[in-house]
Parts: sequence; C-alpha cells; structure tokens
Amino acid sequence: MRFVRRHILTVAAFIVLVYLFIPVAVVGVLSFNDPPSKYNTKWYGFSLDAWTNMCGIPGVCESFVESIKIGLISTFVATVLGTMVAFALVRYRFRGRKTTNLLIFLPMATPEVVMGSSLLALFLNMTFPLGTTTVIIAHIMFTISFVVVAVKARLQGLDPSLEEASRDLYADSRATFQHVTFPLVAPGIAGAALLGFALSFDDFIISFFNAGTLVTFPIYVWGAAQRGIPVQVNALATLVFLVALAIVLIAQFVAWRRRKALQADMASRDADLKALSMDALSRS
Amino acid sequence: MVESRKVEDLHLRNLTKRFGDFVAVDDLTLTIPAGSFFALLGPSGCGKTTTLRMVAGLEDPSEGSISIGEQDVTGLRAFKRPVNTVFQSYALFPHLDIFENVAFGLRRRGVKDIKPAVEAMLELVELTPMARRKPKQLSGGQQQRVAVARALINEPEVLLLDEPLGALDLKLRRQMQIELKRIQMEVGTTFVHVTHDQEEAMTMADTVAVMNEGRIEQMGAPADIYELPETVFVARFLGQSNLFAGRRESSGSDSVTVAAHGQQFTIPNSRNNAPGGDVIVGVRPEKMTIVDAGDPIPDAHDRIAGRVVDVSYTGVSTQYLVKTSWGEEISVFEQNDVVGDQSAVGDSVEVHWARDHAFGLDGTGTSADDVESAMPVV
Repeated sequence: MRFVRRHILTVAAFIVLVYLFIPVAVVGVLSFNDPPSKYNTKWYGFSLDAWTNMCGIPGVCESFVESIKIGLISTFVATVLGTMVAFALVRYRFRGRKTTNLLIFLPMATPEVVMGSSLLALFLNMTFPLGTTTVIIAHIMFTISFVVVAVKARLQGLDPSLEEASRDLYADSRATFQHVTFPLVAPGIAGAALLGFALSFDDFIISFFNAGTLVTFPIYVWGAAQRGIPVQVNALATLVFLVALAIVLIAQFVAWRRRKALQADMASRDADLKALSMDALSRS
Repeated sequence: MVESRKVEDLHLRNLTKRFGDFVAVDDLTLTIPAGSFFALLGPSGCGKTTTLRMVAGLEDPSEGSISIGEQDVTGLRAFKRPVNTVFQSYALFPHLDIFENVAFGLRRRGVKDIKPAVEAMLELVELTPMARRKPKQLSGGQQQRVAVARALINEPEVLLLDEPLGALDLKLRRQMQIELKRIQMEVGTTFVHVTHDQEEAMTMADTVAVMNEGRIEQMGAPADIYELPETVFVARFLGQSNLFAGRRESSGSDSVTVAAHGQQFTIPNSRNNAPGGDVIVGVRPEKMTIVDAGDPIPDAHDRIAGRVVDVSYTGVSTQYLVKTSWGEEISVFEQNDVVGDQSAVGDSVEVHWARDHAFGLDGTGTSADDVESAMPVV
C-alpha cells in the first residue's frame, strides 16, 4: 500500500506517456509492415520496403514536398509579418492598438471549419484560382496570430533599459536592433517559427477547403485512408516525428551542455577560492 | 590604468521637463564643475532621474539647454553624446559576456584594437578573471562594476549614475561607495550621481544638490548643507532637525532673538536665512544635550523643558524623544560616552544647545503644524 502511495505519481505519469505515445509507436511499427493488400491495419511481416522506397506510391512524395514548401513559405512570411506586428503592439502607442490586440486572437479562436469555408467563399467570389497560392495565403493568415503572441511575450519581458543602454553606448537605432533587440528576441521568434511550421504542415481542414486540385500531405493521407493507407505514409509520418524529436533532443542537449559548463565554471571558482583561503590560513 | 584627462563643466540652463500637466523638472539652472563627484539627492518623484535622463539624451527636455563645456548637446541623440550612464538595473546585455559588454561602446564607434583597453578597464574594476562570464553568473556587486566599466571605457565627459547602489545590500553598498570614489579619483571624469539615500550622497559626493518638486532646494558641500540648511525641506530630508516656528523679536548686531511657544531662542545672524519676521528655529538632534530638570545649563545655551517619551539605545548613541510643554516631540541624540548616564521614559528633563548651533529658516506662509515634527519627510 505504501509502495502504491509513494509511486502513484510516477505510475500515473507513465500511463499518460504510454497513452500519448502508443499511437506514434503503432504508426512507427506499421511502417515496417509487409501487408499483402492495401489495408495496413494488422501485422503481417517485417519489411523495409516502405523506408527504402518511400516515394514508391504515386503522389506521396509530391504531396509531402508540397506541404514542406507551403510550410516554409507561409512560416517565413508569417514570422516576418507577425514579428513586425508584435513590435508595433509592444513598442508603439497608436489608435486602434487595443482593438488590434483583440483581433489578433480571433483567428486562433475561430473554428477551422468556419475559417476554411469563409476563405473559400471569399476566393470563389473573387474568382481567385484555388491552389498553392490560396493555401499559402490561408496558412499565413492563421499562423500570424501565433507568431504575434509568442514574439509579444518575449518582447514584453525585455527590460527597456537594455535598449536605452545600447543607445547610450553609441549604437543608433539600427545597431541597437541588430546587436541588442534582435539577439534577445530571437529565441522567441525561432520558437514562433517552429510552431508556425508545425501548424502549417499539419493543417488539414483549412487546406482542404482552399486547395482546389492541390494535394498536400494531410490531404493525401486523408484521401488514401479512403482506400487503405499505403505503408509509405507510415514511414513518412514516422520520419517527420523523428525529425521533430531530434530537434527537441538537440535543443535539450545544448541547454544541458551550457548548464554543465556553467557548473564546472562555478566549481572551479569555488576551488580557487578554497585554495586562496587555505593559502591565507597557512600564512597566518 | 586610464589616464586623467581634461574634462569640461556640465551646464544645465533653464532645463524643464513636463509630462502632460506634471512638471517633473522645473526651470533648472546648474553648473556641475568638471571632474567633480556631484550628487542629485531627493525623494522619489523629485525629478532627479528625469534630469539625469535628459543629460543622457534618453528624454527630451521641454525647455532649456544642456551643454558640456562650449558644446550644446541638447539636440544630440543619446548615441552621439559624450556621456555614459550606469543604469539602476545595470542593464547589462545578457547575451554578451563581460568582455563584450565592456567592449560594446568601443565596437559601435568602430574603435580598432579594443582588447588592451577592455583589459585595462576590467583591471580597474578588478574583474579580469570574469571576462568570459555572462552577466548572470556574476554577483550583484560584480555586475555593478561591469556597468561602471562598460560606461567608463568610452572616456565620457560625464558619467551618469542612476541609483547605482540601490539593488545592493547595506554592507556591499558601503564597499561600493568607497570603490566608486576610488574609481572617480583615478579617472578624473565628472560623476553625476542620482540617489535618494542622503547618507550615500554625503559620503560620496563633493557637492550635493538637494532636489524637491523639480527644483534644487540647496546645493553645496555635504558638511555645509548639513550644518546650515536653508529650507525646511533640506533640514528634514538631509538628516533630522527639530524645528520651532516663531516670530522675530529683536535683532542684534550679530544675532536675532526669536519668540516661539512663549520662549526665546537666539540664532547667529550668519546662520539666519529668514528674511522677514516669521522665523523657524532649527537645531540638529546631535547638537542637543539632555540634562535632569534643574541641573545647571552653560552660558550662551538655549533650553527647552520637557518629558522623555521614548529612549532608543543604538550602541554608539542613545536617541531620545522628548515631549515639550506645547506637545511637540523633539529628537535628541546623545553619544554614549558615559556608561549609565541615561534618562528614562517619564523623566522631566531639560534639553539645551549652544546658540551658535541653531539655524533660522524662512517661516513665511508655514504654520507651526507644518513644521513641527521631528520625523524626516521621506
């Protein structure tokens, strides 16, 4: 009983982790499957076919590349625009600032179905041809909000006297931005960009409404699911997961190394101090 | 080491700063002599920091001008002024190490071969081993010295210090006061130091300007303004004062006699700043002596009878609170130079002081209630 009470938190945490990662694990395991038909739902036998021949099924890789492309372009534009909006909202007092602050949240709160369908209506009314452009426009629209929120938080946490100190130390506004503001806000911008890319890459609903004949990766998967998902999709999905995991692990590793270096530094200083005081003691 | 250089006076002329209806700095005219350690002392909101920020170029004056020697810098942007600031929060760049923090100003000005200069500066503030640390890895006192080094390396005409010791604990603050004074002597730059701590201002500065409501109330050497305050505000803000509001009764060739609360007090003419008939008599608590009622009192001393209402023993001295017959509580500090010679709460006593130590302030337009409280106005 005591054992349970003492370890209940660990057990609960473990169960939650299992719950979170079983689907990913299933997808990963099935990417090594060798199904005789299109239905890749139970284990038949081990095969590396999907991994060695990822683009073996027509359309998979095209849609994957398309999604990466859309993700990169919309993330880039949204990050630039969103960062500028965040700076304007934090740094300047202007008419309509409060309203803008509020409106920025709107795309995040709007159901995707509503946003996707209303965008579609807009494009159709304008007789704008659906395709990569419309999807990119849509993605920029909803990623901007997330970028603004992330960068704004970072900017608000920035001590204004840092920029004043920079101006005081002979840096004009450009040099101040380059050497002080940007390096300090950059982690926030990078985080915002990663989030933006993830949102764009993964978006199905809004893309589906506005894609026309264009097939993004999520749209491909959805379409394939109607007829049985090819193993290649599992392999690609696992690959994406592994890349994301690698990014997180590298970030963790860098942070850990930095901490380690700092501790070593402190330890050596303590050792120096100890040596000094010993020296002083022996002399007295 | 940094060589002493020829530096120039800092002139503020009719400097005014308004924020909406609020006048933060009110028509300030002031010359800060080259190479001096100058303190702007005042309570929060008195305009001292705004004055400093205008000199730095971080705030635009509403009116007036600022010049260094002959050069008018009023219209110059902050990054063009030969002035550097040590910020209250230090404002060290967290993403740069100590070396790069100190080198920042030189790099922005495109100075070549900065390594020796930075190393010499780190030497001056005794932080050479910390060059590759990040600011966060340093203690508060070390960060403070980095902030000073980062400003001084640019050899500014004027170094501005905005409450630089406010974030340090008492012991470290004492240490840094001495340290800053040493650095100032070594580099010879004009230091303008803003603080609300009167002890800090008096310890460090050659000249102290006491500011209140955007104006300078009094300016001078610490000992001069402490010994002879010219306004009620200064008498209260810089240390404590016992003040008695009264009317001038007669003027002699070298002293005036003032009647207050049915008693007569004498002030030397040289120490009387009241132009008219309303005079406030002031005496510093440590100038007063406390004796049992009826004990003899020396010649040329004035006296007040009262009852002890509080005794605080502080080691070096004992601080008494004595209630006078008219209900005012006056402070008396006595050195503990004789063991056991203490008055107790409830004792009837007489407080006396040498007439030469009293000072007179202008009492026009102030009622006794405004004035008569021994508490400092902070």
